[in-house]
Amino acid sequence: MLDDFFVRALIAGIGVALVTGPLGCFVVWRRLSYFGDTLSHSALLGVTIAYSFELNIALSVFIISSVIALILIQLQKKTNLPGDALLGLLAHSSLAVGLVVIGFLTFIRFDIMGLLFGDILAVTTNDIFVIWTGGAVILIVLKLIWKPLFASTVNYELAEAEGLNPDRAKAIFTILMAAVIAISIKMVGLLLITGMLIIPAAMARNISDSPQKMVLFSVIGGLLSVLLGLFSSLEFNTSSGPSIIMAALVLFILSLLNIKQSIKLKN
Amino acid sequence: MSLENSTLVKLNNAGFKQNNKWLVEGVSLTVEKGKIVTLIGPNGSGKSTTAKIALGIYKNIEGSVEKYTNKVGYVPQKISIDWTLPLRVYDFMLLTEDIKDEAIDEALTLTGVMHLKNKNLGNLSGGEFQRVLIARAISKKPELLVLDEPVQGVDYTGEIALYELIKKISDTLNCGILLISHDLHTVMTATDHVVCLNGHVCCSGTPMDVARNNEYKTLFGEQASQILTVYEHKHDHVHSDEGQIKKN
Repeated sequence: MLDDFFVRALIAGIGVALVTGPLGCFVVWRRLSYFGDTLSHSALLGVTIAYSFELNIALSVFIISSVIALILIQLQKKTNLPGDALLGLLAHSSLAVGLVVIGFLTFIRFDIMGLLFGDILAVTTNDIFVIWTGGAVILIVLKLIWKPLFASTVNYELAEAEGLNPDRAKAIFTILMAAVIAISIKMVGLLLITGMLIIPAAMARNISDSPQKMVLFSVIGGLLSVLLGLFSSLEFNTSSGPSIIMAALVLFILSLLNIKQSIKLKN
Repeated sequence: MSLENSTLVKLNNAGFKQNNKWLVEGVSLTVEKGKIVTLIGPNGSGKSTTAKIALGIYKNIEGSVEKYTNKVGYVPQKISIDWTLPLRVYDFMLLTEDIKDEAIDEALTLTGVMHLKNKNLGNLSGGEFQRVLIARAISKKPELLVLDEPVQGVDYTGEIALYELIKKISDTLNCGILLISHDLHTVMTATDHVVCLNGHVCCSGTPMDVARNNEYKTLFGEQASQILTVYEHKHDHVHSDEGQIKKN
């Protein structure tokens, strides 16, 4: 029953969930879900570039997403447009450019559905290596910038006044976002990566009273989503990304029921 | 050793401009170890701005700031915390530095909010939250404490106790304090140096010097004379409606 490709998908998925759990908490806390969308939409351009020049997909996506993040920061400084308009502008224009470039690449066979929604059949041992080493680096860096990043998420001025250098932490976190998108694109697909970041974290928020607990529950929720999602993907022959996200949604709904019960108990 | 070594932060003719408007300009002051420097002045006179300049929160300032310590505790005047974060008082105490449990308990006990340690920060009242803010700032045993209206929203008896606590901290920790306060009684009794602001430094000196100053009286009017004897003094300038200075 457990074919070789499925074991690879499981190992890759577990690696992705371990990283999206903690990062997703910051995405929720710092209200970055649309920012995540923008980066992941731009990932399509990164994928097409990878195919055109025969680069590693994760590396190419990471570079393009980082560049888009830098452009966003520059646009925020130089224009008076609101942040969400700039995000929309970058998200849709980079998606459009990516799709147009795909149109030109007629000599390469593309699995667009796989790119958009994830494809467990496509996970190679090389992907597993990229996910686990990339993921380990992301988690180590996040651990190192945790204090300034968390303090400035609570209150920027306190962090700045007490010498934590929040601007540097924010810049590094932006790069981590690009990196997490790069390593999870094969599993979840670029349309649904933000879901993998925010839905387990949102579920965790419902049942946590401290930041550490929220991170822990977010990781557990992500792992359960990957396991449930991948097994149902295999069973019902559905795309891996939507299956994982649906599993996460079910967990989120269960966490809402838990809130209702605890309110009843208090009353 | 020399005086230089006791200096914690020094502002040299510092000012900050936002949207082409000076929030404050030409401020020079020094906070030394074991001393309390108080900023007074009406609303919009640049007290909080001056504190933020001293803390290094504002980057593009006029003049210069020399900061000789990184052990800083800050109680801001306004703080907006986003409740998407599940945050207990305990987590908040550890926000900028990992402090030992005993130090946390000690600080929370001193400010009278030990019983709130495991409460969610979002469920506190204004006064309780203010006490937690002070506890967090002092638990780090900082060398420089910047307190921007630290007792706002605290009940009257609590206010007196907290000011006594602040004075005690300044003595026991030998830390320098930059205090912004509206309570002139505290300012005049507990402070070593007073800086009276109104977009610029109107006058500064010991509490008595300032109390004798004419401009201080103009700014604070009745309130000032309730606490201190009215002294005779000489105006050297008046303010126009736009806040500009006119020399007499």
